[in-house]
Amino acid sequence: MKILVVIKQVPDSTTNIKIRPDGEDIERSGIKMVVDPFDEFAIEQAVQLKEKRSDVESVTALIMGPARCSEALRTILAVGADDAIHLQDEAFEKLDELQVAATLGAVIKDGGYELVFRGKQEIDLDSGQLGPALAEALDWPHVGAATKFEPAEDGKSFTANRRIEGADERVEVRLPALVTCEKGLCEMRYPSLPNLMKAKRKPVKAMTAADVPGFAEITAGVGGSEMHQFAPPPQRPPGRILKGEAEETAKELVKLLREEAKAI
Amino acid sequence: MTNDILIFVEQRDDRVHPGALQCVTPGKSLAEKAGGKVVACIVGDNIDGATSAVEQTGVDRIITVSDPALKMYSALRYRTALAAVMEKVEPRVVLMAATFMGRDLSPRVAMRTKAALATDVIELDLTGDGELDIVRPLYNGKATCHVKFPKDRPAIATIRANTFPTPTGGSGAAREDLPYTTLDGDDRINVLEIAKTGGDVKDVTEADIIVSGGRAMKNEDNFKLIFELAKELDAAVGASRAACDAGYQPHSRQVGLTGKTVTPKLYIACGISGAIQHMAGMRGSKIIVAINTDTEAPIFNIADYGIVDDLFKVVPILTEEVLRLKG
Repeated sequence: MKILVVIKQVPDSTTNIKIRPDGEDIERSGIKMVVDPFDEFAIEQAVQLKEKRSDVESVTALIMGPARCSEALRTILAVGADDAIHLQDEAFEKLDELQVAATLGAVIKDGGYELVFRGKQEIDLDSGQLGPALAEALDWPHVGAATKFEPAEDGKSFTANRRIEGADERVEVRLPALVTCEKGLCEMRYPSLPNLMKAKRKPVKAMTAADVPGFAEITAGVGGSEMHQFAPPPQRPPGRILKGEAEETAKELVKLLREEAKAI
Repeated sequence: MTNDILIFVEQRDDRVHPGALQCVTPGKSLAEKAGGKVVACIVGDNIDGATSAVEQTGVDRIITVSDPALKMYSALRYRTALAAVMEKVEPRVVLMAATFMGRDLSPRVAMRTKAALATDVIELDLTGDGELDIVRPLYNGKATCHVKFPKDRPAIATIRANTFPTPTGGSGAAREDLPYTTLDGDDRINVLEIAKTGGDVKDVTEADIIVSGGRAMKNEDNFKLIFELAKELDAAVGASRAACDAGYQPHSRQVGLTGKTVTPKLYIACGISGAIQHMAGMRGSKIIVAINTDTEAPIFNIADYGIVDDLFKVVPILTEEVLRLKG
């Protein structure tokens, strides 16, 4: 079984986000970029499977993005991916998420993979579109936001758990399939220094738009949304600090919530 | 493509998700601008209760796809059903709630129907040219942006819970059934079990009010203070990552970047300092209350009401006071 892990490099979650003066993007300079925290679960799950099962042939990492993504790839290779594909082209920068999914689908389709892992959500765009959209592009089933993953003995199916509103859902899915990973599935091991050194020698295949079969047609066929007018989040009105002893403040709060905020 | 607005009405066990009914409000204003109708679509099995709940919101037309195979949500079966409804209605815009189901289903349907998609939408409008223009948060709520949709293909948007009110007082929608025509391979996902978590306590993603505890709760036992207040307010219980990592509460109650994103009408944060990771999950709440001993806690920057005091003193009095008001 060949496993693929789709990775995204994103601004660190603790980074201060500033908007560019023209409002067409955020300020990109000086931002610390990391592997998306949900993609960390994805690579760890894939590597654990390879360690546990003799039928797992290889784990390949796939990333789309500019040259700086090689840093993220190195981390992923050090954690245990065998090789990687780096899709890099200016033509990719204007794609929306559905168009990215269509592009990745074309790259993956004939690769012989049976299982694709991905984080449940990209913490930059916060949308979680890519995983399910990629599964649809491949016409594969998917499990979104999995917290548990157990492959069947025969390697033809798996069961997975996912959290939904107020419940835990257990599903059975036939391979080939795509799984997006939620917190609780596993925690990524720390890439050791020797493994980071070894990662430098692992093969990374570079691909451009010209290497993607039918790139122009497939990206013209779906999506096409555009992001504009970036802005800081709407300012919340200044709050009010209630003064006094607990007895007074608690009573005042209940009164305000009822009469002013009309929230209870 | 028509000028109709289609609303996918999420239901489980014949219970409509409140976020789905809220979609009717922007649906109506878009339909009015576009000169189209509001069409609701319900997918499931035995969905009479859900259907009449939708009718009361005043939609123009209801399409039901009812089949035993659709009793439980499956990404494949539901995408097939919804794509078939879209093919019939040819809507300009499709709206659905930004729930686990909405987030899971919308990208597949968008891909399949060659539409465009925006998720977690907080504002939406049609421009003079008939293009959908929406606003959505991104970078864990640290920014927002407008998304412009191409006008030559359907636009799908998932809408954040509690962004819009639920309309009432409607009746007399035209109804029709559409059969579920299974596609080859739709049976590759099968739900084995849905196990309720959290007992009688509401889930944070479903409640109008959330009472949350942080690391300052010190242990699991102390959370009973939070549960008592939550019970009187008919609220859900939430927790910060620190509290969940320390084992005070299960991760299913975690609010934040790696937990659940919530937008209740009222969020009461007890002993939560307001790490970026936590605020990413709750800053969209309508009213925020913070109770913390630390004046400098960042949570006070986004709180509407703050009490700088010991939660162990304040919370029991709050519970009593709420109880007194109700009595």
